[in-house]
Amino acid sequence: MRAVIAEDSVLLRVGLVKVLEAVGFEVVAAVGDGDQLLAAVEEHRPKVVVADVRMPPGFHDEGVKAAMIIRRQWPEVAVLLLSQFVEERYAADLLATNTSGVGYLLKQRVANVDDFVDALQRVAEGGTALDPEVVAQLLVRRHRDPLEKLTPRERDVLSLMAEGRSNAAIASSLVVSDSAVAKHINSIFTKLDLPPADDSHRRVMAVLRFLEVG
Amino acid sequence: MPSTTLRRALVRSARRPPWSADAWRDTRFIAAGIPLALPVWLAVTVPSVLLPVTVLVLVCARLFTAVQRGRLRALYGVEVPPLLRPADASAGLAARLRAGVNWRQAAYHLLVGPSLALGSLVVVYCWGAAVVLATVYGWIWLMPFGSPLRSSLAGLDVWLTAGGALLLVVTPWMAALMASLEVRSARKLLGPNRAEALERRVEEIAESRAGLVDAVDAERRRIERDLHDGAQQRLTSLAMNLGLARRTLKDVPPEVMQVIVDAHEEAQAAIDELRDLVRGLHPAVLEDRGLDAALSGIAARAPLPVRLDVDLTERIAPTVEAVAYFTVSEALTNVAKHARAKNVDVSVRTAGGRLRLVISDDGVGGADPTRGTGLTGLRKRAASVDGTLSVLSPLGGPTTITVELPCAL
Repeated sequence: MRAVIAEDSVLLRVGLVKVLEAVGFEVVAAVGDGDQLLAAVEEHRPKVVVADVRMPPGFHDEGVKAAMIIRRQWPEVAVLLLSQFVEERYAADLLATNTSGVGYLLKQRVANVDDFVDALQRVAEGGTALDPEVVAQLLVRRHRDPLEKLTPRERDVLSLMAEGRSNAAIASSLVVSDSAVAKHINSIFTKLDLPPADDSHRRVMAVLRFLEVG
Repeated sequence: MPSTTLRRALVRSARRPPWSADAWRDTRFIAAGIPLALPVWLAVTVPSVLLPVTVLVLVCARLFTAVQRGRLRALYGVEVPPLLRPADASAGLAARLRAGVNWRQAAYHLLVGPSLALGSLVVVYCWGAAVVLATVYGWIWLMPFGSPLRSSLAGLDVWLTAGGALLLVVTPWMAALMASLEVRSARKLLGPNRAEALERRVEEIAESRAGLVDAVDAERRRIERDLHDGAQQRLTSLAMNLGLARRTLKDVPPEVMQVIVDAHEEAQAAIDELRDLVRGLHPAVLEDRGLDAALSGIAARAPLPVRLDVDLTERIAPTVEAVAYFTVSEALTNVAKHARAKNVDVSVRTAGGRLRLVISDDGVGGADPTRGTGLTGLRKRAASVDGTLSVLSPLGGPTTITVELPCAL
């Protein structure tokens, strides 16, 4: 799979290239800021982009902005953002454009190569990968009426859904059976008032409700 | 006693003979004040122009004051502090008249100045008289013999000369007295009074404190940026390489692999520690997205459930945002350490230009803001931007910390 990397720290950029190539990605461009990233995507049309949130010139949220442009202009290109700190506001911005093929992880998750590659593959295949820290941030808000109705267990399930996990992954993470997860998910759909439809669509809707971006 | 007073007076008068520089400086200074009082004298002698002159003086009070200050500085070397509130100059006449400082100016220009000028005129007259009288023998000698004036003066000449000499000694004293009266009244009425001077000082101090607080905040940001761009990236890169090694090196002895695994985990722990440290300095998201976004970050990382309720319509001053952020951060740390609480509620609201933070927990209470460095530090931090902190924490709980900060500095 073709990948583009945008990271201003040369050290990390080289490291990321190494990691991606080690797991079989073809890194077609590795750049240092948002503008170069957009140019590289335009030129190479990669399957996936891995970008730092904080890049020159402003060192604020240039990566988020570039990611939003990419998602709007080239929806077939998946984007995984990396950040020293993950903030749910950036995730909300990112998911507001498109809920599939996006990921947002702490930079240090890269160190855990297997987990990182797992998340990257999920994103490249059109899934989502949200850092547990982002999901945790979403839970601290008050006045989230529909979510108030969820049981703690259902919240756990929804959190993992928001991270982008499959039913099987949720089941193994919570040490319950697949059918128990399915039951919880159905209950979540009912409580969040999501009518029966395509299951993956409802999943996204539930996560959106959770993120308050829908 | 009287003899010492007399001796002192003699010594002083010896230091102030009519021909001394001091006497001349005093005289020059007070004489220069006379023409400035002419309009008012004119008004007093011709009552029909009293009203227009009074209005003129009131309207031009600032100009008159500037001239008087110039006279004091140029001729007497005395600097009267400038008036406060120069912004009033652009305000309407009514506003300027209402300002207390203008009443003191008006009193000076309409009453005190002209009275002093009258005194100064007397002093100048005394100088003339002193010179004329002291030299009366010369005048008599110049007059033609048989002149009636000559004969009428002839009997008085000794007295006249003595009077002139006395005036020569006394007039420098009068000039000095007048000059000192002028300086004193100008300082009292034309410069800022004590309350105004204090007010200005407080303004200056508040300004310099705000500058200091801002500078500290900027320094925090700089350190955050340096760590973020330097050490954090290096550590992440190190951890990444170790992770890669752990994954790809398959045929190393198990003890070597153990070393790699340990190093990998150590590096990740170091990143976590550094991350917490850097976030404690100044989170980038605070600058980018404001207080709400930054607070949800710390609330999520707190080791106990935090319910966050932020309602802000617009961004507040960056330094105040930073103070609010650190206050919540520190308060949550305190709760986790001491309160044995199950839940924390954090609410952030603005009302009437003030930012109000309320942090309440259901813990054991007994927090005392007068003891322990945590709450004292928070109180000092709030005070650094003119904010207040109050703690309600009965034994057995619950604890509520309320912090009020100004939205703008």
